[in-house]
Amino acid sequence: MSQAVRRYEETEQHLPIEFADYHESVKITGFWFFLATDLLLFASLFGTFAVMRFDFAQGATPAQLFHYGPLILETLLLLTSSFTCGLAIYQMRRNNQKGMLMWLIVTILLGMGFVGTEVHEFVSYVGMGATWHKSGFLSAFFTLVGTHGAHVTVGILWALTLVVQLVQRGITPRTSRKLFTFALYWHFLDIVWVFIFSFVYLSSMTGGRIA
Amino acid sequence: MSHIIAELFPPSTLRLFELIADVLIVLTTVSIVGVLTYTKKWVWLWREWLTSVDHKRIGIMYLIAALVMLFRGGVDALLLRTQLAFPNNHFLGPEHYDEIFTTHGTIMIFFMAMPFLFALFNVAVPLMIGARDVAFPRLNAVSFWLFAFGALLLNISFVIGGSPNAGWTAYPPLTELRFNPSVGENYYFLSLLIAGIGTTITGINFMVTILRMRAPGMTLMKMPMFVWTVLVTGALIIFAFPPLTVSLALTLFDRLFGSSFFTLGHGGMPMMFVNLFWLFGHPEVYIVVLPAFGIFSEVVPVFSDKKLYGYPIMVASVLAITVLSYGVWVHHFFTMGAGPGVNAFFGVSTMLIAIPTGVKIFNWVLTMWGGRIRFTVAMLWQLAFIPAFLIAGATGVLLATVPVDYQMHNSYFLIAHFHFALIGGTVFGVLSGMYYWWPKMFGYMLNERQGKVAFWLFFIGFLVTFVPQYMLGLEGMTRRMYTYPPGLGWSSLNLVSTIGAFTQGAGFLVIVYNVLWSMRYGERDLTGDPWNGRTLEWSIPSPAPEYNFAIVPVVHDRDAWWDMKQSGKSEAFKVKSSAIRPVHMPKRSAMPFLLGLSFFVVGFGMTFSWWVIAIIGGLGVLASLLYGAFDYDDFEELDPEVIRRTEAGLGRLQA
Repeated sequence: MSQAVRRYEETEQHLPIEFADYHESVKITGFWFFLATDLLLFASLFGTFAVMRFDFAQGATPAQLFHYGPLILETLLLLTSSFTCGLAIYQMRRNNQKGMLMWLIVTILLGMGFVGTEVHEFVSYVGMGATWHKSGFLSAFFTLVGTHGAHVTVGILWALTLVVQLVQRGITPRTSRKLFTFALYWHFLDIVWVFIFSFVYLSSMTGGRIA
Repeated sequence: MSHIIAELFPPSTLRLFELIADVLIVLTTVSIVGVLTYTKKWVWLWREWLTSVDHKRIGIMYLIAALVMLFRGGVDALLLRTQLAFPNNHFLGPEHYDEIFTTHGTIMIFFMAMPFLFALFNVAVPLMIGARDVAFPRLNAVSFWLFAFGALLLNISFVIGGSPNAGWTAYPPLTELRFNPSVGENYYFLSLLIAGIGTTITGINFMVTILRMRAPGMTLMKMPMFVWTVLVTGALIIFAFPPLTVSLALTLFDRLFGSSFFTLGHGGMPMMFVNLFWLFGHPEVYIVVLPAFGIFSEVVPVFSDKKLYGYPIMVASVLAITVLSYGVWVHHFFTMGAGPGVNAFFGVSTMLIAIPTGVKIFNWVLTMWGGRIRFTVAMLWQLAFIPAFLIAGATGVLLATVPVDYQMHNSYFLIAHFHFALIGGTVFGVLSGMYYWWPKMFGYMLNERQGKVAFWLFFIGFLVTFVPQYMLGLEGMTRRMYTYPPGLGWSSLNLVSTIGAFTQGAGFLVIVYNVLWSMRYGERDLTGDPWNGRTLEWSIPSPAPEYNFAIVPVVHDRDAWWDMKQSGKSEAFKVKSSAIRPVHMPKRSAMPFLLGLSFFVVGFGMTFSWWVIAIIGGLGVLASLLYGAFDYDDFEELDPEVIRRTEAGLGRLQA
C-alpha cells in the first residue's frame, strides 16, 4: 500500500471531510470490521431464533402476542430515523452545522420513540404472562429483538455525546469521522430491523410460512 | 456477614491444595508490592507499562501473562497426571479433578495460547510491515487489559467462590443452574466474555493494521508469511468470536436471569449451545495454529538461508484452511446423531483440510532442502513441529472418519490427537517465535545451550506423555475419568504418561532459568540483526525505538531486508538527518486499564449476583468510555530532534 505514506504526508482534498485525514480514515475501515462482528452477532441470534421459534412449551405463541399496530409504528420510526440520519451527514458534508445538528436531534428523537414503543410492547407481553422463562421461543425472541433495542439505545447515547462534541468543536475531520461512523452504525441497525420485521414478526404471524 | 463469607469461601476453596495456593499467592503479592515500594517503582510501572499504548510493551505484557498462565495450566496438568499415575488413586477427589481439568483446558486455550500469539503479533507485525504502531494503539491496550482482567477473574475462582467444573466446553445441562448451582461456571462465562471482547478488538486491529498501514511498495503478495497468517487469523477471529459470545451470554442468561435457551425443560435446546460453541470452537483451532504456521514460515527460511519455497501456494493454503475451517464444526459431535448425510458432509470437509496443511508441510521441508541449516533453538522447535503435526494431522483424519469416530469419540485417542496438534503446533510455534524474536523484544539473546536443554526435555517429555495416550485411547480409556481400576491394561501406560508430563514440567523450568540467566548474562544484540534475518524488523535496532522506523522503508522485494542487504543498500538504509520528519505518536492513557478494571468489577459482581457491585462496575465502564470519547488530546508529534539523537546514539545516523 504505497498510498499509506503519501496519505499520511498530504491529506487528499477531494475526499469527503470524514475521509480527508489519513488517521481518521483508518478508523472508518476499523469500524466496518466492527460492523462485521456485530452482523455475525445478530446472525448467531437469528440462527438461535430460527432453531427455537416453534419451541413454545407452555408459553404464548406469536399469534397470541404480536400485533401489527406497534410493529408498524416501530418500523416507521426507525426507517424514518435512518433517513434523517442520512440528511445529517448530507448537511455535515455541506459544512452546515445547524442543519446537521437539527437532523441529528430529529434522529435521536425518532430513535427514542422506537425504543419507547418497543419497551411498551415488551412490558405488555410480560403483563400477559409471556416472560422469557416460559419457553425457548420467548427466550430467543426477547434476546434477539432486545439486543437490537439495546443497540439502538446505545446508539442514542452515542449520538447525544456526539451532539455535545459537535457543538463544542464544530465540523472537523475528527468530529465528522465520528458522526460518519455513527451513521454507519445507525443504518446497520435499520437493516437488522428489516430482517427482524420480516423474519421474526411477519413470518411468525403467518405461522412460519415465510422463510 | 457470615453467609457472605460462606458464599465467598465454600468448602471447595478450603482444601489443602487451595490453601497452599492461597499462601503462595499472598506471599507473591506481598513480595511484589514490597519490591515495588522499596525500589520506588510504582510510578515507573504506571507510566511506562500499565498506561502504555506502545505495541512493543503491550506485546511484552502479553508474553509475561502468557508465561504465567502456562505455569498455572501446567501445574493443573501435573495434578491431573499425578492423580492418573496409578489405578484407584485418591490424590484428587472426583469433584476436584473436574475442576482442575476444566481450568486446565480453559486457561491453556484462552489465557495461554491466544495471549502468547498476541504477544508475537504485537511484537512482530508492525515492525515487519514497516509501521509506526498498530492501527488503533489505545484499543490495543484495551484488548490487553480486557484479556488480563478476564484471566484474573477466572484465576481467582479457586480462591474465592469455587472453580468452574463443566469442562472447557461447558456443555449444558452440566452448566444448568439446577444441576450446577455454584458460582464457578459464572466465573467461566463472564471471564471468557470479557476476554472475548478484547480478542475481537485485537482481530479487528490487526486486520486494519495490515490492510492499511504497510510500508510503501509492500503489496499483499510481498508481505512476510507471518503477516499473512495474522491477517487471516484476524478474519477468523471476526467470524468465530460472535457465536462464542452468543453461546456464553445465552447460558449466562439461563443461569442468572432465568431464560430457557439451553435448559432441559421449557422448550430449551442444549444441542444449540453445542452447535454455537463449535461454530466458534473449530475456527479457534486455526486461530491458534495458523499464526504458528506463520512463525515457522519465518524461522525456516532464515535458518536455512533460503527464501520460503512456494510462497503463493503457502498463501493459497492458509486462505483455503481459513475458509474450510468454518465448514467442519459438526465433527466435534458426530455421535450426537445428526444422521449419516450430515456426518458424511462434515467428515469429508474435515479431511479436505488435510490437503492444504499437507501442502504447507511439504513447502517447509522443501525450503530446508539444499539449504544451509543452522540448528538454533528456534529452528529445533520447528523441526520438532513437523513430525508432531504430521501425527496430529494423520490421527485427525482418522477421527474425521465417522465410523471410526464412533469408536474413538472422547477417548484418550482424541486427547492425544489434540495435544499433538496444540502442543506440537501452537506451543512449539510460540516457543520458536519467542526464541526468534526475543532479541528484538529485549535487546539480548536467550542462551542457546540452555534453550537446547529445555527443548530436548520438553520434546521428549511431550512424546512420552502423549504417545501412550493414543494407546490408552485404543485400549478404551475415556477422557475426564478421575480414576480407573487395575487390570485393564492401562496402569503402566498411565504411569509412563505421567513421567512424560513431569519431564515437560522440567523443560518449562529450564526455560524459566534460561530467561532469568540470559537477562543478566545473555549476549547483547548490538546489530539489530542477530540471525541474519530477511524481514524488516531486523533492519532496525534491538529493542526497537518507540517510533520503530526513523524513516519508513520502501519495499521492493518479498524478503525486504534481505533484498537490501544483498543489493548493498543496507548502508543506505542508515538515516539521513535531514530526512527525519516529526512522527505522529499515540499518547499513553489510563483509560484502557480503568476500563479493564471496571469490567472486572462488573464480572465479579455478576458472578455472585451482587448487583450493587455490578452496577458500580458498569458505571466505571461508562465513565471510561465517555472519557475516551471526549479525549481529543490522544496523540503528539514526536520532535525530529529526539529521533535524531536516538538514532545518532545507536550509530545509525548518516553524516
